[in-house]
Amino acid sequence: MKTLYLLVPLAPLAGALIAGFFGRMVGRAGAHWITILSVAISFCGSVAVLLDVMHGNSFNGDAYTWLTSGSASFHVGFLIDRLSAMMMVVVTFVSLMVHIYTIGYMAEDPGYQRFFSYISLFTFSMLMLVMSNNFLQLFFGWEAVGLVSYLLIGFWYTRPTAIFANMKAFLVNRVGDFGFLLGIALILAHTGTLQYDGVFKAFESPELVARTIEILPGSGWLLISVICICLFIGAMGKSAQFPLHVWLPDSMEGPTPISALIHAATMVTAGIFMVSRMSPLFELSQTALSVILVIGAITAFFMALIAVVQYDIKRVVAYSTLSQLGYMTMALGASAYSAAMFHLMTHAFFKAVLFLGAGSVIIAMHHEQDMRKMGGLRKYLPVTYGVVLIGAWANAGLPPFAGFFSKDTIIEALHASATPGAGIAYLAALFGVFIGALYSFRLVFYAFHGKERFGHDAHSHDDGHGETTYAGHGHDAHEGQGHAPHESPLVVTVPLVMLAIPSVGAGWLIGSIVYGDFFGTAVVVSETHPWIEEMGREFPGVWGMMLHALGSLPFWFAIAGVTTAWYAYLYRPEFSGRMRERLSGLVSVLENKYGFDDFNQRFLAGGALRIGGLFSSVGDRILIDGLMVNGTARLVGWFSGLVRGFQSGYVYHYAFSMIIGVFVILSWWLYRINYPS
Amino acid sequence: MLSLSHFLVLGAILFSISVVGIFLNRKNVIILLMAIELMLLAVNINFIAFSYYLNDIAGQVFVFFILTVAAAESAIGLAILVVLFRSLSSINVEDMDGLKG
Amino acid sequence: MEVFIFYFFATILVVAAVCVVTMRNPVHSALFLVLAFFTASGIWMLLRAEFLAIALVLVYVGAVMVLFLFVVMMLDINLDRVREGFWTYLPLGATIGILIAVEMALAIAGPRSHIGSIPAPADPAANYSNTHELGLVLYTDYLYPFELAAVVLLVAMIAAIALTLRKRKDTKYQKPSDQVKASSTDRVRLVSMPVEKKEG
Repeated sequence: MKTLYLLVPLAPLAGALIAGFFGRMVGRAGAHWITILSVAISFCGSVAVLLDVMHGNSFNGDAYTWLTSGSASFHVGFLIDRLSAMMMVVVTFVSLMVHIYTIGYMAEDPGYQRFFSYISLFTFSMLMLVMSNNFLQLFFGWEAVGLVSYLLIGFWYTRPTAIFANMKAFLVNRVGDFGFLLGIALILAHTGTLQYDGVFKAFESPELVARTIEILPGSGWLLISVICICLFIGAMGKSAQFPLHVWLPDSMEGPTPISALIHAATMVTAGIFMVSRMSPLFELSQTALSVILVIGAITAFFMALIAVVQYDIKRVVAYSTLSQLGYMTMALGASAYSAAMFHLMTHAFFKAVLFLGAGSVIIAMHHEQDMRKMGGLRKYLPVTYGVVLIGAWANAGLPPFAGFFSKDTIIEALHASATPGAGIAYLAALFGVFIGALYSFRLVFYAFHGKERFGHDAHSHDDGHGETTYAGHGHDAHEGQGHAPHESPLVVTVPLVMLAIPSVGAGWLIGSIVYGDFFGTAVVVSETHPWIEEMGREFPGVWGMMLHALGSLPFWFAIAGVTTAWYAYLYRPEFSGRMRERLSGLVSVLENKYGFDDFNQRFLAGGALRIGGLFSSVGDRILIDGLMVNGTARLVGWFSGLVRGFQSGYVYHYAFSMIIGVFVILSWWLYRINYPS
Repeated sequence: MLSLSHFLVLGAILFSISVVGIFLNRKNVIILLMAIELMLLAVNINFIAFSYYLNDIAGQVFVFFILTVAAAESAIGLAILVVLFRSLSSINVEDMDGLKG
Repeated sequence: MEVFIFYFFATILVVAAVCVVTMRNPVHSALFLVLAFFTASGIWMLLRAEFLAIALVLVYVGAVMVLFLFVVMMLDINLDRVREGFWTYLPLGATIGILIAVEMALAIAGPRSHIGSIPAPADPAANYSNTHELGLVLYTDYLYPFELAAVVLLVAMIAAIALTLRKRKDTKYQKPSDQVKASSTDRVRLVSMPVEKKEG
């Protein structure tokens, strides 16, 4: 079995290395065959592992001792239980679909092999992160995922905006990673180990749980809370939670398959997964859980609002991702880890569908991403329309699709939760459902229904919303000449359909995954947070849940959202324009993303630049360059100028100097002889 | 009765005269070389005086070597002087300012 | 008697030394230097260093000073230029010289000096030979420095020759090696010329 565990992450690594280093040798077709095959192997291995785990087996062991430093030793190891096995399957499945889809999406791109190499490398990194049995490997997977994300956002490295976006993503993730690293360091300092089981065991002792540390003088904070919040800051960076969410919308600069794979389905869920994995720690800190709840609530509600005013089809989905991540975070805060993981899984499927569907639309529109230039695509792209509708349906949380079950469970758990902050989170989640339905169906109606706005006026809006349209990449001469969009090739539609199936059906697993104690000992829920358990006792089954939903608030909020979208964007398109004008203040706030970008740009980035400039001008140029380097040179120069006077070039001057020197030495010697100290 | 001091004072006077000579004849290389010979002579007188009064033959051995080196030195010095004169047509030290920075 | 001889020689030595550094004509300076060496040799005799005294006369007066005279006479020295500003440095030179002399006198007769208390050694035995004694240590204890001194002299000799040696451009001499190396192709060059048409 251990060989299989090794095979699962190493196969994509091998694929990535071959495609990356020998890309020219294996050619374009060779690159995609090799990487797809390696990910397929990895997927089959993951399924085998999942089946094995379902039989009650689990594994926790080291594959390799990396280094030993003092009493702490660092291993490369695997912890295979139901939590990681499920993540493995989700990751490899979505990754496999994205690999296949990429053949179609990137067909004309010169960086074809490089792209395949990156996504396989990403799969490897994510699997190492998920399968890790210790914090260090987790952290390395974490960083590797961030690195690949950086590489892929800047995949089209000739675009200044892509470079800006990947730099932004990297820097924002650094902030989160710093917190994460601090948390890991605190754990190492106080428990002396980085193995999960060792750490969890150490925190069983009441002394360690009650221990306080002084970070600021006289603060006396609970160690466990500090650790958990530090770890959660890491999760905030990776899972794009407020206020570290700013990188995710910009990451849409990358190619669409990446947006689907990394920025929707897998990498951003690393934070959620990590918190679930650390549930034995988080359960010990009420403070941390409250923080998580509030952060999740803010993210879920406010990011959803932004999605309503966006016109870029990918950005709408990106903000919807932020909002859904907020839901997962809230679920974590309410100790509903299984619900969070369940939503993670369903979201991975339906968000991948939405992204890849959006990508399919973008291909059909010749890399046009502005929804105002779409419309009426339904009859041209029937398959894409179908799957995007399913994705939107699921995203809106309407039964019977997957999103309904997971989202509804989260809302119920928030309602039941007594953790401080749950009340706000519940309200945010409820209104989030309304907005979620609104933006999902706004996307559907805008892009697939209504008037056909492409072709004749393709360039009329370019000035106002040109940020995602670029001359150079596929934005070729076809566009604007009235060519009808056509359905994408099979390599694009097949993965879409394959992903749409679990988007529809995954919800039916709710009974076993959320309420059926699927995760077993992999997640720990403290006895004081029994909400999921209580809900499980009242769980009426899948059909019962759907019936029950008909009389519950979330359902009607979602219906209201869909209706509003229909009214405002399809039935009376001018209504949305009027609303935009009337609420122009609010809209501009939303379009400016609450000013976070401006704030970061001006104060954080600008401040850092100014401090850097200060150090550069004062520290480097004046102190080091001016005083030290040039100062030394100038001192030597000054001294040389002084001494140069002696070097007249006349031999007799040198002779005089020698004689005077002899005289001086003689005098000193006499003085020492006659007056010895 | 002669004492060591007599000879040492003689050496000192001789040495001082050559120092003054170097100052006076700063432009004439030949006299400079001669002044250096005088200085060496003063040193040699001191060596031999010490050798005699301390009853140690090593002082005389030293004088022997100093004479050797001094002979070599004046031979090379004069050779350089000849070469110099050939190229500069002068032995004036003031003309030899090629080292001037 | 010895005191008298010492003062006699010492006076001449000092006067000769002063003349060496002040004489206008370098030839006179060289001759006074010869005188100085002669009297120094006399003083060395007083100190029972007969071998060195003779060596000084032979080597210095006989060889080095002749070399000096030779060079001085050979070179056409513009005395007026050389003598320019002769006395301007006298104050400085005299001050330094006197200070050095005073300091050396202090070293010799200073409060902590015990040089004055060293007694004159007894006269050596009748068959004592300074040369013999010197030779004994020179060829045993100081053998390597002695060899080294020989090398120094050799190097100095070669250097002096190498420095002053020059090839005259106007002298004609044979180069046997070039003559032997010469081959027929260097002398004769066969040229094939195109046939020229007669014009007109």
